[in-house]
Amino acid sequence: MSYKLADLKTDYNIDWCPGCGDFGILNSLMSALVDLQLDLKKVVLVSGIGCSGKTPHFVNITGIHTLHGRDIPFATGIKLANPELTVIDIGGDGNTYGIGAGHFLNAGRRNIDITVLVFNNGVYGLTKGQASPTLKLGMKTKSLPLPNINQAINSLSVAIVSGYTFVARSYAYDVKHLKQIIKKAILHKGLSLIDILQPCPSYNDIHTKEYFEQVVNNSKRIYKLEDEGYDPEVKDPNNHQEIQEKIVKAILKSQEWGDKIPIGVFYKINLPTFEERLIDRYGKKLNPSKSIFEINNKPSTNISNLIEEIKIR
Amino acid sequence: MKVANNFTWLIGGPQGSGVDSSANTFAKTCASVGLFIYGKREYHSNIKGAHSYYPIRISDKFIRSHTDNIDILVSFEKETLLLHHENVVQKGIIIFDKDIAFNKEGDYLLVPIPFNDIIKEAAIKFDKEKDYSKLQIMRNVISVAASLALLKLDFKHLEKVLQSVFTGRRAKLLDINIFSASLTYEYIKSNSFDQKSNYEIIPIENQKERIITSGTTFTGIAKILAGCRFQSYYPITPASDESEYLEAHPEHEVLVIQAEDEIAAITMAIGAALTGVRAATSTSGPGLSLMAESQGWAGINEVPVVIFNYQRGGPSTGLPTRHEQGDLEFSLYAGHSEFPRIVIAPGDIEESFYLTIEAFNLADKYQLPVIFLSDKSIANSIQTLYPFDIDNIKIERGKILSEDQLKEIIEKEGRYKRFKITDDGISPRIFIGQGIFWNTGDEHDELGHISEESNNRTKMFEKRMKKMETILKEVDNSLKYRLYGPQEAEYTIIGWGSVKGPVLDNLEELNKYYSINFLQIILLKPFPSQEVLEILSNSKTIISIEMNYSGQLANLLRKEIGIEVNKRILKWNGRPFSKEEVFKAIIDAINLDTKRIVCNSGI
Repeated sequence: MSYKLADLKTDYNIDWCPGCGDFGILNSLMSALVDLQLDLKKVVLVSGIGCSGKTPHFVNITGIHTLHGRDIPFATGIKLANPELTVIDIGGDGNTYGIGAGHFLNAGRRNIDITVLVFNNGVYGLTKGQASPTLKLGMKTKSLPLPNINQAINSLSVAIVSGYTFVARSYAYDVKHLKQIIKKAILHKGLSLIDILQPCPSYNDIHTKEYFEQVVNNSKRIYKLEDEGYDPEVKDPNNHQEIQEKIVKAILKSQEWGDKIPIGVFYKINLPTFEERLIDRYGKKLNPSKSIFEINNKPSTNISNLIEEIKIR
Repeated sequence: MKVANNFTWLIGGPQGSGVDSSANTFAKTCASVGLFIYGKREYHSNIKGAHSYYPIRISDKFIRSHTDNIDILVSFEKETLLLHHENVVQKGIIIFDKDIAFNKEGDYLLVPIPFNDIIKEAAIKFDKEKDYSKLQIMRNVISVAASLALLKLDFKHLEKVLQSVFTGRRAKLLDINIFSASLTYEYIKSNSFDQKSNYEIIPIENQKERIITSGTTFTGIAKILAGCRFQSYYPITPASDESEYLEAHPEHEVLVIQAEDEIAAITMAIGAALTGVRAATSTSGPGLSLMAESQGWAGINEVPVVIFNYQRGGPSTGLPTRHEQGDLEFSLYAGHSEFPRIVIAPGDIEESFYLTIEAFNLADKYQLPVIFLSDKSIANSIQTLYPFDIDNIKIERGKILSEDQLKEIIEKEGRYKRFKITDDGISPRIFIGQGIFWNTGDEHDELGHISEESNNRTKMFEKRMKKMETILKEVDNSLKYRLYGPQEAEYTIIGWGSVKGPVLDNLEELNKYYSINFLQIILLKPFPSQEVLEILSNSKTIISIEMNYSGQLANLLRKEIGIEVNKRILKWNGRPFSKEEVFKAIIDAINLDTKRIVCNSGI
């Protein structure tokens, strides 16, 4: 049975500020899900804390709104315990690159088939506008008493060197572009990051819609990598030279900021997922959530080999 | 007087030199001839070089504790001799390297062993002279052989155990080890040391079938039987042994994930539990500290997850390889605000098995985090046990909706409500993948959506906490406490966790002089106040015993039932209570006018 956009909406009140970039992301996500026509019972949104963390309540599929920064390990547990599920993780820039940075990084080592969306607005919105890990040094957004004293991290570069196999950036108000990127990321087998530039109308008065869409030197500040003919994809994952070249190129592109800000897919490679590595370890595809261990309330696991090991002879 | 079958043997040496494997070989050999053993591992937070030791207590009866006294002390280096010789009993035996200058005045049998000569002879015989330094590891098998020769045990028993030890990759070392062991036997006999030895092992024939296992192994086996199929962990002593055991048995398909930290470990387990799998994490003190916030999430979202905490010396890094029962109060309260949680503590290795299965049942039935409060002593000790009774083991999963039941609810009520308010506080559960529901760490309505509405808050909080009453109503008394000794007694010893072993090993003897029983609390949260109050009201004097500084159970008794224990037996030096020490402490508690009896035995 097919589903439409209206089927994906809940009657839960969306309490984001008027004009928030999050609306664009929510629309893109729901449109992507409509295009993909997945079995909705088997799709789960997992989110962290902050404005972005509320997203699951607005979508009529199972939603697990977790702790600040811990959405990725929650999502990891869910996906590994039931690999049949499509797991989409949502966090903000403070959530994912700040308090959850350790998980963000280590997820790359595993390459589990989940999609991570980061609503990146440069501030901690829900706590009234403190600087986030993506706000550049010296910037003073409107609720900061003094300019930001920390360097920003480049999350795309971090993702690429940490082992993410699909790394992209998009823009909250380009719903068409973002929808396409989300679809690609969900279909990608492996760990995907989409860093989404998301204007916060309440607390970030620098990175506004007008800023991102401004025309600088006769061209729009935000431009699409695909329009430049940029090719993010490693064609032969066994070719180390190609991998190195693509990584360097992607990192260079991810450093670009200011008059020109690229969006699109920066890096993509098909490598064995963690789930596939587990097949080697266990000799079969595991689905722990479907494991049968009792019959009529009696344990059904045969542990005789374990008892043999400890038996006294 | 000759001593047969009841003694303590201790081997010590630098970490990494084979102390553990010697002790295991000795224990297995004694067990194989029908004896009972209890072994305790003591080691430093160090990889190689620091002093470690391993006493094995042997008995012809079932035993559950170690002793401070040593009958046979074995070592091939000086530090062990210096540290432990004072604990050797009169007429005891000290086995040492003849190249070490060692003398001890008194009525002891000193047995110098020519380790180097034996190893050299074996090396020549097997044409391995160039491996001489590697062969030094055979000092272990020589130590064990010397001990067993002095115990006048037929060589064939050791040979059989060595055959079971040197298998697989190590099979090629079997012959040279057996040869060295036999040279050692000859040396002991030709010098008549065995004739001078006051000790012997007399095999017990037709002994019932038994097993020999440690706390972490037995808990691991129980997890597999319980149906735990997801375990995430972060490496930490002494808990990791259990996760590694599960990892080493992929045929049972427990998905073991080494997480990047303990916060990831518990949140992965909670996520996994949401899909319906029985999920757990295993950790020790510092890890439990990191898991505090996540427990609150599992509490407010009513997720069954089991946290195995092997307590060790704290606070902070504390005594990372040593024993303590210092995490009780933290386990009861960890996390901000209030949420339902169960805390249960096994008293020994055997109880760990049954309670592990119960821990998963409780988590499922009451949909909440369960803390399984074990400790280093249980984790790392080894013991002979009778095989367990699988027939009485039940798996209970609680209120889980089938596809049909879910359909029916949706048809009737329009929506499935994950947090439906019910009389007993438990809402029927579905898994991710089965139907649509929401979870959130925010206060939520019945659907699982964020709600700050005041009436909802009052009701929802109460619904969750109500489960604590339901648990106390429904749970069997055998899961709440055990009472040992006379039903009514003048003195009641009250304790929890691994104090059980040394207390029970003394109870019979103590009852020759006093009327004493032992109340072991198993369910620490929710606290079985009614039952405990009833038992304690029968005794005149209450003596608590626990391995921590302040007496955390005693504090809990005051809070939960308003009873102040008369005496507190306490210890926090990182070494578990010994049998003799507990005997003396209880006698002191009865006779001395002091409220705190502080113990400090162990090296």
